[in-house]
Parts: sequence; structure tokens; C-alpha cells
Amino acid sequence: MQTIDMETTSLRDLNATLHAQAEMTNQTAWSIENPKGAHAIACGLDAPIDVTVKGSTGYYCAGMNKQATVNIKGSAGPGVAENMMSGTVIIDGDASQYAGATGHGGLLVIKGNASSRCGISMKGIDIVVHGNIGHMSAFMAQTGNLVVCGDAGDALGDSLYEARLFVRGSVKSLGADCIEKEMRPEHLELLADLLERAGADAKPEEFKRYGSARKLYNFNIDNAY
Amino acid sequence: MCGIVGLFLKDKALEPQLGQLLTSMLVTMTDRGPDSAGIAIYSQENQTKSKLVVQSDDPLTSFSGLDETLSNKLGGAPIEMTVKSTHAVLQVPTDLLTAARTALTNANSGLRVMSRGEKLEIYKEIGLPKDVAAQFGVAQLSGSHGIGHTRMATESAVTTMGAHPFNTGDDQCLVHNGSLSNHNALRRKLRREGIHIETENDTEVGAAYLTWQMQNGATLGEALERALDDLDGFFTFVVGTKDGFGVVRDPIACKPAVMAETDQYVAFGSEYRALVDLPNIENARVWEPEPATVYFWSHGGTPTSQKAAA
Repeated sequence: MQTIDMETTSLRDLNATLHAQAEMTNQTAWSIENPKGAHAIACGLDAPIDVTVKGSTGYYCAGMNKQATVNIKGSAGPGVAENMMSGTVIIDGDASQYAGATGHGGLLVIKGNASSRCGISMKGIDIVVHGNIGHMSAFMAQTGNLVVCGDAGDALGDSLYEARLFVRGSVKSLGADCIEKEMRPEHLELLADLLERAGADAKPEEFKRYGSARKLYNFNIDNAY
Repeated sequence: MCGIVGLFLKDKALEPQLGQLLTSMLVTMTDRGPDSAGIAIYSQENQTKSKLVVQSDDPLTSFSGLDETLSNKLGGAPIEMTVKSTHAVLQVPTDLLTAARTALTNANSGLRVMSRGEKLEIYKEIGLPKDVAAQFGVAQLSGSHGIGHTRMATESAVTTMGAHPFNTGDDQCLVHNGSLSNHNALRRKLRREGIHIETENDTEVGAAYLTWQMQNGATLGEALERALDDLDGFFTFVVGTKDGFGVVRDPIACKPAVMAETDQYVAFGSEYRALVDLPNIENARVWEPEPATVYFWSHGGTPTSQKAAA
């Protein structure tokens, strides 16, 4: 286990050290002490390493992540795991706005609640939230899966494309062109796998599925150039 | 972008440290607003006196003999003056506060009134937060609660009067992160209603709006609820009153906000970074205030209609 203390190591040096870990590194476990809400911790990683952040983080923690597993032992500020490509990001506490925004791949697990705009414009990432999510979540979500074990706020899935949204609790309101859809066996199977990987104690049968009605302007072929 | 901090003490033992804790929170928010900074502190040493804080670009001339001049205009009433850099705190008998304010305004000697009230003192200037805090010795101040602001200007000029907090009425003040888009129309409307608005700043209009609502009988909670309907644009507001402080965010809530509560205090920060040096923060309940929801904490327990914090 390698330990980096942010009281004594600058953010730039911390990230440079993590970036220097090659594909075949044998230093696979990293612990970051005293994050104290700093921004951009463990951003742009691209190696199969495990990074544990011992506290709460500020903006953009684990952004653009590839391969790495980042576990935040506190809450995360805005834009956690933004544009993640692969790997896993686990937040033990809550996440602030636009968690997992524009993510292309990998798994983001939020054990507490997520705030507004969770999964906005997601492009293939899987997001599992154990608690609730805020308003405008999955706005313009293109593909990937958003699983919410609690409730969803206003305007869920507004202007959605092909992303699948699964919510166990209530949905305050659906956004434009977002509708409830039937839960077919392949969805239950997908959901069971995601819940298991995210360590969420919920049954797939308890969820409802939401997706795009495909009625907006952009879905009409006559509007294509 | 701007930075906001706020600290409401439940534990009286922390009161001597209020200025120091707030200064540390404010300086942490420098990246969010290096243009100017301001702080509002609530404290009361003397039950019969109220405070007028005035500012001048030429303090040497303006403050020289100001206490005597004011005393003469108020029929020989006792006035105590403490000069702190470009600001002077004038302690006047509470029943003469309005008369004193009028006298100062009429004097037209380049004085600007920063705040008035029984407990409130506002210090604000352009410059880095650490320099502004040092200029007024904020770290040495004690008090029951306070709010602070670091400004990155978007809607109006970087001037002392454009800095936050804005004093809205006796013992009331407001800080703002965001930008109001209907401030011009609302300023015209409020001026027609007789509300004094000094600058072209959007936040001052927000502050004046709350004053106007409260002059018309609304409680602070009601005024904040109505602000959600009538103010257009982005805002996270923190308001200070004689007994407490309140928080409200617009329904879109894109301007960040974090709160923390322990048995000793309730704290607000634009970012968690601002809260990390508070006592026992590791065990505080930390959460993000909900959009379009009014939160309020008070020492006085005056009943208001606002939603209590969870």
C-alpha cells in the first residue's frame, strides 16, 4: 500500500505519481490522506490500480478515469467521475451535482444520495445510486444505465436518447419525452448484475424502467439534413 | 463564480473564535472570488447602543472629528467611534439610529454607510480576501454569527459598494453567488416604491427586494419564499439577521452549496473546502441544501413561516 498525504504532497505531484503508474505496475494499492475537499484528485488515471481517498473531495474527483478503481471514503463535490471511460468509482457518502456526467464507460457507485444532474449526457457509463437523485438527472442521456434505489427528482430523463433508467422509488416528474417502459426479462437480468456489482441490496422486480418515447424533433427522420 | 461562507454558533464558548473561523473559511474561498471580499459579524457588547459602520476612500479627512460632528447634530448624544482602516464603527444610542443615519447621509462628506443595526457590523473592500480580512482585523472579532463573501464580479463594477454583504435593513444583510437577470426592471419597480438602491449591482436589487417585502409585513422566511417567484436568474443566497441566518437556492441550483451541522454550530460554504478546518467537522452532518427550499437557524426562536432544516 502506497500512501500519499495531501498535507505534504501537492495535488500536481499526487496526480503525476498516479499517472506514472504503468499498465503492469506492481504498486496497485494507493491511499490518499487528508483530501480536505481539494479539487481534481485522482483525475485522468489510466492504470489498473486501486485508489482510496480517505475523506471528502471537491470538484471533479476521478474525472476521465480509465481502468482504475477509486473509492472515496466520504462525500464527493460536483462533477465526480465526469467523463469516466472505464474502471470503477465508488463513493461511500453523497455526491454533488452532475456526478458521472458525459461518462463513456465503467461503473459509478454512489452509496449515499446524488444531487441534481446525475448522469447528464451519459454516453455508456453505468451509474448505481443507493439513495436518491436530484432534478434534471440523465438529461440528454445517450446510452448506458442509471439505477436509482431511492427516489428521483424533477424532470428525470429530459430529452433522453437510448440510456436506460431504473428507479425503485418515486419519480417527482418525468422530463420531456421520457416515459415509463415495460420491464422485460433482459432488463431484469441487466439490473440484477448491476445491483450485485454495486453492492446494492435491492430486488430487480422492485424497479420501474424509464426511457425515451422518441417523439422529439431529432427523432423524426424528416428533420434530418 | 463567487464564494460564500457562513457560521452560526450554537455554543457560546466558540464566540471569541468567530472572526478567526470565518476568516479561515473566507480565505479558502479566494479562488472563487479574488476581486473583493466582505464580512458581516453579529455581536453586541452594549444593549442600549446600536452600530453604524461607515466607509470612506479618504478616511483621514472623513473620520476626523466625525463623532463630535454627529454628536452635535444629535443634540449632544454620546457617540463612540472606532476607526478600522477605511471603515469606522459609530456606536449611537439605539433610539437615535435612524436620525444618525439621516444626519450622515445629509452630511454628504464622501461617507458610505456599510451597515446599521444593534449587532451587525459589515466590513468590505476590493482586494484579496486575506488582505481585506487583515485590513479590518476580522480574525480578532468575536460574535454569535457571521457571513462572508469573496467576489468574482460579473454584473457590475469592482468597487467597494459592489462588494458583498449588502445591508438590507436594520441588522439584515445578504450575500449572493450567481447572477440575477431581471435586476434592471426590478430596480426601477423598487425605486418607484421608494426603496433606496445605491448601485447598478444585481445583488443589491435582491437585497432591496427582501427589504421591501419585509417593510410590507413579510417575515424573512416569507420574503425568501417570494424571492423564489420574483427573482429571475441564478442565486445561492445567505442572509444574516439579528438572531440567525438563512439559506436559499434558486430552483435550478447550479451554484454550489454545502452545509454542516454539529452541536456547536451550523456552517455554510460554497465548497466543502471552506469547512474543513471547523472544530469536529469529521463528525458533522454534512449535506447539500435542496433547491428552492428556505433554511433558517435562529438564536431567538422568533416564529417564521420558513421550512425548518431537516
